Amino acid sequence: MSLAHRIIPCLDTDGARVVKGVNFVGLRDAGDPVALATRYNAEGADELVVLDIAASRDRRPTFLETIRRVAAELAIPLTAGGGIRTLDDARSVIRAGADKVTVNTAAVARPALISELSREFGAQAVVLAIDAKRVNDHWDVMVRGGRDSANRDALVWAQQGVELGAGEILLTSVDRDGTQLGFDTPLTSAVSRAVSVPVIASGGAKLPEHFAQIFSEGAADAALAASIFHDNVQSIRELKQYLATRNIEVRLPC
Amino acid sequence: MNVMLIDYGAGNVTSVERALTRLGARSQRSHSPECIVKAEALLLPGVGHYAALIRALDERALRAPLLDALQRGIPFLGVCLGLQALYETSEEAPELAGLDLLPGSVRSLPGTVKLPHMGWNQLKLTRPSRLLEGVSADAYFYFAHSFAASNVNGEAVALSNHGADFAAVIEKQNIFAVQFHPEKSGEPGARLLQNFLRLAA
Repeated sequence: MSLAHRIIPCLDTDGARVVKGVNFVGLRDAGDPVALATRYNAEGADELVVLDIAASRDRRPTFLETIRRVAAELAIPLTAGGGIRTLDDARSVIRAGADKVTVNTAAVARPALISELSREFGAQAVVLAIDAKRVNDHWDVMVRGGRDSANRDALVWAQQGVELGAGEILLTSVDRDGTQLGFDTPLTSAVSRAVSVPVIASGGAKLPEHFAQIFSEGAADAALAASIFHDNVQSIRELKQYLATRNIEVRLPC
Repeated sequence: MNVMLIDYGAGNVTSVERALTRLGARSQRSHSPECIVKAEALLLPGVGHYAALIRALDERALRAPLLDALQRGIPFLGVCLGLQALYETSEEAPELAGLDLLPGSVRSLPGTVKLPHMGWNQLKLTRPSRLLEGVSADAYFYFAHSFAASNVNGEAVALSNHGADFAAVIEKQNIFAVQFHPEKSGEPGARLLQNFLRLAA
């Protein structure tokens, strides 16, 4: 009996539709969020992340409605993020049915946001999303969709985020995102060993071996991917069956 | 039967409400002492900080009617913090008194493992469980917590483990409680809630 490694599909949404793209360029439609969420739930997804990639004020009501519709169908945890800048933003997605919120750029700009969210909802509801990019001998924190450097060390920021009250780190490798070359093992391993909270690895997944590697060598507690699940490159059910044969603890769907 | 969801202003009330709706059960949110007095079945959800739950119960004057209802045998299900609140105290807020229906205190899980204990874990049955009837022995449930009760007094019918064994399911006459989130635990969670509804009917 031990905690299972989690497989988390991610839906990047632009209002009411799931979109996908490589490095945030060339977005294209990938389907209805509720239909995808239902499918992943049935396939054995352990959680679901829904991000508002546009995060524009005028589309916010549409995003909240998407969260509401997805939450109504799901019997697994739901994380929502994208454009969470204030306690009120977080309240509205949690009221819509999200169990956790992710913060990224806004937390870099104002780290106290993490503490405010943690005090209100508990650390287990606060996911600090970090986009990290290799620069010489360390990783830099990137903001605004991975475009700009925050001139901050990712390991240090992860530790500060945990001290401020984050209960989980969603770690995306900007170098690997969209490449399908596999997760960034050195980055994930370094962050996972530097913090006391669970780490979700993201960016670069394609093959089942990539997931096995990030759990065993990368010390990830969970792994997130988007397009390989949307496009049926990889089924969650088969992925979990494969991981079980590699003696990696997973929750197998019935 | 109508399940009264104790809505203390924080927590996972919406998720629990949806899970009950999916099972075809009727439920109603309330934070008024009068409603708790009249309830046919009570559910105390809760996620976040122990202090927020205990303070809300006292600020809204819910403690006395809740204890009274439990004494009268009204079926009760505590979820996550709703389990922790049953003990005397919690290390998370030692200055606040819990409901004191179970002896002992809630403590932090060991620092040797990642906290929060977040994700899917299994159970170890210590004796037959009414809540877990029909749930397969290797089923996984979703947990999200850093504090837990260590079951020193053997009150748990099922344990889980994360760095140490802790009480995962409690059944004491009409008082039921689970440390995990049945409303987020897929099929096995739905089955457990259904069992509670059946026991409460």
